[in-house]
Amino acid sequence: MTAPLAIRLRGVVKRYGKITAVDGLDLDVPEGTCVGLLGPNGAGKSTTMKMLTAQAIADEGELSVLGHTLPGASKQARAECGVVPQLDNLDVTLTVEQNLLVFAFLYRLDRRERKPAVERALEIANLVDRRDTRVDKLSGGMRRRLLIARALVHRPRLVLLDEPTVGLDPQVRQELWALIDRLRSEGTSVLMSTHYIEEAERLADSVTIMSHGRAVARGAPQELILEHAGPEAVEVYGAQARLAEVEAEARAAGLATRRTGTSVAVLRLNGDAPAGERRPANLEDVFVLLTGEEIA
Amino acid sequence: MRSQVGRLERPALLGVLMREVINFSSYWRSTTFSATVEPTIYLLAFGFGFGSLVSTVGGYDYVEFVGTGTVATAVLFSSAFAAMFGTFIKYKFQRTYDAILAAPVDTEELATAEAAWIATRAGVYGCVPMLVAIVFGLDPAWGMLLVPFFGFVAGFGWACFGILASAIATSIENFNYIISAGLTPLFLVAGTFFPLDQLPEWLQTVAQLNPLYHLVQLVRHAAFGFEGWSDVGHVAVLIAFGLLMWRLAIWRLEQRLID
Repeated sequence: MTAPLAIRLRGVVKRYGKITAVDGLDLDVPEGTCVGLLGPNGAGKSTTMKMLTAQAIADEGELSVLGHTLPGASKQARAECGVVPQLDNLDVTLTVEQNLLVFAFLYRLDRRERKPAVERALEIANLVDRRDTRVDKLSGGMRRRLLIARALVHRPRLVLLDEPTVGLDPQVRQELWALIDRLRSEGTSVLMSTHYIEEAERLADSVTIMSHGRAVARGAPQELILEHAGPEAVEVYGAQARLAEVEAEARAAGLATRRTGTSVAVLRLNGDAPAGERRPANLEDVFVLLTGEEIA
Repeated sequence: MRSQVGRLERPALLGVLMREVINFSSYWRSTTFSATVEPTIYLLAFGFGFGSLVSTVGGYDYVEFVGTGTVATAVLFSSAFAAMFGTFIKYKFQRTYDAILAAPVDTEELATAEAAWIATRAGVYGCVPMLVAIVFGLDPAWGMLLVPFFGFVAGFGWACFGILASAIATSIENFNYIISAGLTPLFLVAGTFFPLDQLPEWLQTVAQLNPLYHLVQLVRHAAFGFEGWSDVGHVAVLIAFGLLMWRLAIWRLEQRLID
């Protein structure tokens, strides 16, 4: 434990009536790193994000953000955080520039700082020549860029991204990845929840995989792959009956398997792998192994 | 640098207020249009319609009576309705409040600043019927300078009432109950269009609980002469109403916004 932590969660529990959305979560985001929070829908990612801004209050456990203990000192923590919500909540009848200006006020920038901060955010979002465009006239990708830039107006030390690229074209997604990568390279701490595996693999220094409200694995993407799936996977295609056979054989031999719909991927290979297409194991393999195949 | 009013921090209030001010720049024309045209129509319809049947009411010219009475109506409409629909849309559909509460702003500051903004607008637009009535022959009086202040105090209470209503409502259709069973009777039993002493006694007693009635009285007295302690009493009722609604609105909105 060397680097100070931007986020530290210990044994955090959040219940909604009889449903336990977060069930004893431990989570660390060391300062200056990007941590990906991976998990299927309903794993508790969004609830975790809401607790970090005190928009949900934990029933049990300890939470601290940038050294401030939540929920008591959450306002101080929020002042130093930028939040990119999953659902677009820009003011659609305002212009790009006005949206940024509103946040310069909400995040308490001094009068002299406001204008340069808005300019800087316009540049980050690459929307300088769209400053006077109303938000409802922007494309989906531009809106997302603005949503991210809006969270950066006050130069936050920590940025919380909740599913930053959900529902976007691959082109737009890559554009946003570049933006997020730039943040990290500038030393901002980032916590990003996502269920796009590739996103976490590319951007995150470390990944925490959540399932049923708990962290089931954490580490650098490559380490997790080696630890849980092994270096390579064998992909066997065939009829459903054949696939079931392969699965049974592999399990009998102590190997792990996962279905990919049209094939069975055999993982954690030792000497006796079945014949099939070899490929490097990936984070998706780990994800499915750890969070289960059934969709809740 | 920390400047606080109790738990309310000034920079947080300012942030929420500025959001409204900047938004207002995109829709002030339509708001001003309806705030001006509506009371003019009321005055024309009631003033000349009824006015041709009844020349004086309670000792006043009917146009003067209605012109001052509709100030209260304008305050009610521009505060309670704006708060009900505005709040509901902002938290349910536009998710604006999620964004604001992720910033260093608490629910208490959010509700207070929103209500203060709506109250300011109500105080200003509430004067429009009076100005229109002046054009139609109401004599200007120094007391009228206090009308924006009365409008603000009452508007703050109604705005908080609207925020409370929207935090209780589960769908926008729920507002029908509040409007039909709550606001419409209050609006009619306030002495706006006819004096209350025509009503049965029990209804007159009930009307004493109607904040709108107290606002109507204050506006009339501002135009025709204050009546000492009874006006202090009217102001006190409006302030008490505002404080009660303010705390209720914050309490309920917090339940709604924070899990």
